[in-house]
Amino acid sequence: MIRVVLARLGQMAFVMAGISILVFLIFFATPGTDPAARIAGRNAAPEVLAAVRHDFGFDQPLAVQYVLLMKRLFVTGDLTSFVNRGQKVVPSILQAVPVTMSLVVGAALVWVVASVAVGTLACVWRGTVVDKALMILGLIGISMPVFWVGEVANLITQSRYHDTWLFSWVPGLGYVPLTQDPVGWFKALVIPWVALAILFVGLYGRVLRASLVEAYGEDFIRTARAKGLGEGRILFRHALRTSMVTFVSMFGLDFGLLVGGGALLTEVVFGLQGVGYLTYNALQNLDLPVIMATVMYASFFVVASNAAVDLIYAALDPRVRLARA
Amino acid sequence: MPDPVAEPLLRVENLCVSFRSERGMLRAVENLSFALQPGEILSVVGESGSGKSLTSLAVMGLIDDPNAVLTGSIRYKGRELMGLSRRALREVRGAEIAMIFQDPMSAMTPVYTIGWQIAEQVRAHSGLTKRQARARAVELLGEMGMPNPELQVDRFPHQLSGGMRQRAMIAMALSCNPSLLIADEPTTALDVTVQAQILRLLEQLRRHHGSSIVFITHDMGVVAEIADRVMVMYAGKVVERGPKPDVFARPAHPYTVGLLDSIPPMAGEKPHRLPAIPGAPPSIASRPTGCPFGPRCAHHHDACRIDPPLFALGRQDVSCHLVPEGAAA
Repeated sequence: MIRVVLARLGQMAFVMAGISILVFLIFFATPGTDPAARIAGRNAAPEVLAAVRHDFGFDQPLAVQYVLLMKRLFVTGDLTSFVNRGQKVVPSILQAVPVTMSLVVGAALVWVVASVAVGTLACVWRGTVVDKALMILGLIGISMPVFWVGEVANLITQSRYHDTWLFSWVPGLGYVPLTQDPVGWFKALVIPWVALAILFVGLYGRVLRASLVEAYGEDFIRTARAKGLGEGRILFRHALRTSMVTFVSMFGLDFGLLVGGGALLTEVVFGLQGVGYLTYNALQNLDLPVIMATVMYASFFVVASNAAVDLIYAALDPRVRLARA
Repeated sequence: MPDPVAEPLLRVENLCVSFRSERGMLRAVENLSFALQPGEILSVVGESGSGKSLTSLAVMGLIDDPNAVLTGSIRYKGRELMGLSRRALREVRGAEIAMIFQDPMSAMTPVYTIGWQIAEQVRAHSGLTKRQARARAVELLGEMGMPNPELQVDRFPHQLSGGMRQRAMIAMALSCNPSLLIADEPTTALDVTVQAQILRLLEQLRRHHGSSIVFITHDMGVVAEIADRVMVMYAGKVVERGPKPDVFARPAHPYTVGLLDSIPPMAGEKPHRLPAIPGAPPSIASRPTGCPFGPRCAHHHDACRIDPPLFALGRQDVSCHLVPEGAAA
């Protein structure tokens, strides 16, 4: 098992190095463009351009430029934005990470619990009105764009019904650090969590129902019945347990994407200054160092959560474990 | 030989299994009756679609298709199983009547070790602790002739060979000392040497534990090995039943004759081609009126337009008009 973990971590490091080279090449070695001009921003003065050239070592070979950039990203962390003069890129990402993490982890909890409940109930009552209603609700959830849900939620809780007893507790938009005020943190995030989770509850609930129904057609469920086990045990220990494999692999990918900045729309709508929000602002100003850093951060997260999924996969399914070892 | 006057362990009477469909009710099993004595091995033989597996699933109460309709009576140790509550049925399943299946790979949950799965059944029907249940699993695997049971108990189904998997499956089925074991083609997916080992194992079980076995197969060779009595099914009905020596020595239904002819002879001249029964069994939706075997039968004649009941012939029961006409095949 330890060998499997180490091998997977090694692969992960390899993929991450590859991604960093790819990102570097896209930003610094696209033929026919001057990276210095793009980094300096629109209408930059000649002195700024010169400073950028010197700063990033554009007078030196590509390999040196790459090493220099990696050093500034991961060792010294002093990569600076030229659009927002003096904004240090790495610290601003590190500052944004807890916000994104709070949002995504909370939403993930909501959607895992809710979608397992939806999928299981729909499977238990398959073919009945409950099943159909849940599946239609799921479809509606998938169809509603998160920014629209967010805006509607804001409209209701921040403005129209804010003064009623039901929503008077809702704080203004923005993030409250967990370490400062846990209750405030929860209040500020609970609506964004739900808004972000709705899509995934629908999606995962439907997928889980399908794989549960499939599991119920398997021979081992018939065996479990023949063994005289109770229906609850058959559902949770046999059907749900074997259906978890699909569920976990989907979860890993989505979670990685969201932590990597994929919750951009939610963060913008709810005014949460997370990684997605940072990317959003950088895109508006064409702030290349920030975009580059967030892209790299995002891809690292997708790779890391993929590796985590593979390891969980191995824990869930013994057949995978042995194939790897 | 089992005592014929004793109360049978299992008595199935007029069992019908039908399915509601767009074309009306489809009868998969029709008016099936049989009895099984304690310690007896009954072989149920037939082609796929003959209703033999459905019969065994019906005994276990495992037909959960919402469109299935079951009628008739299934009495186990004098107790009616038909219409028993789920909870009561659960206490019978696994503890009193156990079942093994054709493909032990897909019949075991892939994510748990075989020991875990055996212990699960033990614990479902007894108050043993986890540790005791595990010890019981090791003991059972050893009894099934598995080498190094202490080691094998922690292996997953996919890590075992087909024969070892089937042994684990049998160990699990026997974990609560059931009085009746239903084996649904347990050797079909195995190669011939392993088949013989599993058959020997099942015979031993009968000797040591006195369990009755319903052995479902389509292989007359396997029947010859193991059965005390034989029940041949065709298109959801019993066409012939009786003690094995009688049925093998003097098969009376043309279908049984056909099945026996399809076994390659062990001695004498090798036939150029094995005789085969012409045609294919009718599908459940298009069963012929009259004798269901009629269209494939060499002895087909006018009387066959009426579906024959079971006629007694010595110790056999045969569903063929040739019997009263004194011209049994």
